[in-house]
Amino acid sequence: MNLWRQPGFWPSFLLVFLSGLVVLVLRQDTLRETAFTVLMFIGLASSLNILMGYTGYVNFGHIVFFGLGGYFGFFLVSEMGWPVYLAALGGGVLSSILAYIIGAAVLRLRGAYFALATIGVNEAARAFVSNFEPFGGSTGLYVNFSAYDRYGGAGQALWFTFILLWLVVLAVIVVSYLVKRSRFGLGLSAIREDEDTAMVMGVNAPLDKTKAFLISAFFPGLIGTLYFFKNGNVEPDDAFRFQMSLEILVMVMLGGKGLLLGPIVGAFAYERLRGYLLTSVIFKNLHLATSGLVLLLIVLFVPGGGVGWLRERFPKLRRWLE
Amino acid sequence: MIHVLPSIIDGLLIGFVYGVAAMGLTLIWGVMRVINLGHGATMALGMFCTYFLFSDLALNPYLGMVAVVVLSLLFGFLIYGVALQRVIQSGYLSTLLATFAVNMIIIGIGTAVFTTSPRNIDFSAGSITLGPVILQGTRLLAALAAVVITGALYLFLYFTRPGKAIRAVSDNRAAAELMGIPSSHVLALAFGLGTMLAAVAGGLTSTFFPFTILSGATYQLKSFVICVLGGLGNPLGALVGGLFLGALEGIVPTFMPVSWVPVVEFVLFVLVLVVKPTGLLGAK
Repeated sequence: MNLWRQPGFWPSFLLVFLSGLVVLVLRQDTLRETAFTVLMFIGLASSLNILMGYTGYVNFGHIVFFGLGGYFGFFLVSEMGWPVYLAALGGGVLSSILAYIIGAAVLRLRGAYFALATIGVNEAARAFVSNFEPFGGSTGLYVNFSAYDRYGGAGQALWFTFILLWLVVLAVIVVSYLVKRSRFGLGLSAIREDEDTAMVMGVNAPLDKTKAFLISAFFPGLIGTLYFFKNGNVEPDDAFRFQMSLEILVMVMLGGKGLLLGPIVGAFAYERLRGYLLTSVIFKNLHLATSGLVLLLIVLFVPGGGVGWLRERFPKLRRWLE
Repeated sequence: MIHVLPSIIDGLLIGFVYGVAAMGLTLIWGVMRVINLGHGATMALGMFCTYFLFSDLALNPYLGMVAVVVLSLLFGFLIYGVALQRVIQSGYLSTLLATFAVNMIIIGIGTAVFTTSPRNIDFSAGSITLGPVILQGTRLLAALAAVVITGALYLFLYFTRPGKAIRAVSDNRAAAELMGIPSSHVLALAFGLGTMLAAVAGGLTSTFFPFTILSGATYQLKSFVICVLGGLGNPLGALVGGLFLGALEGIVPTFMPVSWVPVVEFVLFVLVLVVKPTGLLGAK
């Protein structure tokens, strides 16, 4: 497929590409930190979208792959002395392997049963890591500061990590689009609409679901490693926040599930909203309640999310808003 | 064996209360096909309600439970009307997110109003000594209350018209509607009852454990585990599952570190879901 000729691909790609570029040109540390968080959530939400939006399987444990992959990648950096880009790949591969094992069990479940099982997986992973000594138990791991020297000091290392994250998120978007436009992606949509019918029509549902799960799990492992490397430490409560799984879900819903641009807009909007609420005088103490209210209004009145609503409202824009 | 006995009995008594919370969750699932992610937050509200009745009005926590019952039932109707009625037909993702939004709103307002500093209800109901076993009065009373509530729920579901309507809607909503059952009222009632059970379980828990507005989350997860053990949608299974989980929490720490308890619980949870999604007591 020739990506150049795809109008639906470019708005999403350019949005992420240009916002990363702006940060690199301006070179402000605070801007980089904000952009890091937003990009991270874009990557996590877009990768969740492959399973949740395209395939229709709601995963409450997406953060497990962020946590376990991140833990493993961090372990490779801090204990084994691997360079961070290789360690991140290691984290991603481990996430995919875990997804294969977990998926073999839980992907046999459908609908709400699958969703419940993923809640269990999330909690089991957190509880396990809190007790697993090589990963530092409940206090977690700290990076040895000499690990930053390789990249010319801590300041440079942070910029380097940011560029890596930017590239990873761009990769997520390319992969999401390729999946969506492929025969495989059509199979996933068929599974989402009616799994039994899809199987009768010749879609190999167990295989396709597993593949979607593997792809969806790979990127959080990468992103997790970069995030914890940037933070300099990793601990179980930080790595397996159930709340964060839910926030990612909210972002996908906010922008529009199943759309390429949806999670990007959703992640951006949610982060901006949270930033505004946290700093505003009136809402500072009520930011959680306000986010909840926003979510409730979206679920009740705009179930297609922001981008989905635009598509419905302006049919001419549809080819651009994939 | 003899040294394990006190912790098993203690666990079983707490298990009754877990069972009540899980019954609420399983009732809502069975009748409405909704996984209520606001269950934990409702439990926390029950804890605070009991706490304020006790500390400000000096009301006995078990008498206060009557007020908790009424308030939480109304609260359940309110949540159903505002957050669920519109999306009840549109699939489990919408209802999951709607209840999660309710959860965020309750926790958000609760954190702002009550802060997250722990509170506890300083109420003692004495204790009974049976051989090597010392039974805390509050836990005995809580278990007793749980049994009474379960009995009342059973009588309500099997011997009253609204109860039968709930079971009919749970069996087959379309058929129930054809028989003239106003399913929207029945769903509201089921959600109200489920919310009530959560709040009462929260209230009972608050008499023996300190709590914050965030405490509900742990119990909500336990409720999920219990529901799956007992079979989703099966209230009796929920009680049995609660007892099982309570006993497990009593036994596990006697031979491995207490921090491994959640690992055991959630691995069991996923295993049961995968191997036998109808629950340990479920049919087939």
